[in-house]
Amino acid sequence: MSRTEGKNLRVVLSEGPGSTPLGDGDRYRVLSVLLDNGFEVTRPVAGQEVAPPDDAPVLVLGLLHDGPLVTEDQDVHFRNLAEVDALDAAREVREVTGARKLDAWKPWFPVIDFSRCTNCMQCLTFCLFDVYGVDNKKQITVQNQDNCKTDCPACSRVCPEVAILFPKYAKGPINGDVVREADIQREAMKVDISTLLGGDLYGSLRTRQKAARQRFSTERDESKALLERKRCLGTLKKALDIPDEVLMTLPSAEDIEERAARAKAKLATRQARSQTVADVRPAPSDTEWGI
Amino acid sequence: MKILYCHCTYAKVVPPDVKKDVLRQLSDSGQAFDAVADLCDMSARKDPALRKIAEGGCTRIAACYPRAVKWLFHAGGMPLPDEGVAVLNMREHSADEVVRELLK
Repeated sequence: MSRTEGKNLRVVLSEGPGSTPLGDGDRYRVLSVLLDNGFEVTRPVAGQEVAPPDDAPVLVLGLLHDGPLVTEDQDVHFRNLAEVDALDAAREVREVTGARKLDAWKPWFPVIDFSRCTNCMQCLTFCLFDVYGVDNKKQITVQNQDNCKTDCPACSRVCPEVAILFPKYAKGPINGDVVREADIQREAMKVDISTLLGGDLYGSLRTRQKAARQRFSTERDESKALLERKRCLGTLKKALDIPDEVLMTLPSAEDIEERAARAKAKLATRQARSQTVADVRPAPSDTEWGI
Repeated sequence: MKILYCHCTYAKVVPPDVKKDVLRQLSDSGQAFDAVADLCDMSARKDPALRKIAEGGCTRIAACYPRAVKWLFHAGGMPLPDEGVAVLNMREHSADEVVRELLK
């Protein structure tokens, strides 16, 4: 099961008819411990509105006068706080109902402010972890929250419109604070990738690609490439506030060397195979060429 | 009028003293409310409970920045209505300010 699947157990505090109200301190303690452990809690009061029930499993918890009530609904459970501890009861019912468990995942993923987003796709092309996608209306969307690297706000920093939020980020406006003109202008906020790469982005990429092809064809120097990679990663880390953990998930120098070796071996095999085919097959005649 | 309190369980970005104080005052207020462990988590899961919160009449939400809350609901597939929703920011305001707005 993905970290973003499953239903949470909803705990309803019963303090109305059939129950003895909790003391103020006890109610706060129960609420606090349940929320700290990832449960959702409703405190209903007669005549006042709360969110109506949905299809999530429910635990009714309180100082119940009678024993557990009998219900036909398999997903509604009663526990008496005079007999059980609130957290133990919630954990036990969570097991019984198969409700979602709290895990170590900090819900860290980009949230798009569509009032600012211009659908430029910079975030999609920038993110290395396939977090972004495009929906059937060709609109940018966050499709794999699970893939996002905790504490990495890099995509929001390359967004030219400050349209990407990480609500759990420390600073504004990435955390959802109001976007001010100064934020848009601020260099730390609006990193211009083209500047990082030196001028026109696509032109630079084409030039670099061409230069790289020539360089590798004449003098293939892995150590230089790795040094350059290290330098670039250092620049990105500083400019985009990318955590070390994220950089560490990128392929290591050894991985790259290993891939390069595999690629070389593959190329050699392919060349040898081509040579063999050329040796055994006679050159095409003029008729075969259609001359 | 519905009240929703977000505990921001999975991160420490809301000052602990503020959220504890808001929860304590709500708990002692005699007011009905829903408390969720973490709105970000619910949004990521597209939790149907978000719809129950977003639907209906006036809602007051104690959480973080209003822009973040608005787009978290949208990301969860349950946009908040344009009117009748007030988001109180526990990252920026004191517990007393937040509770005063929640209960008024």
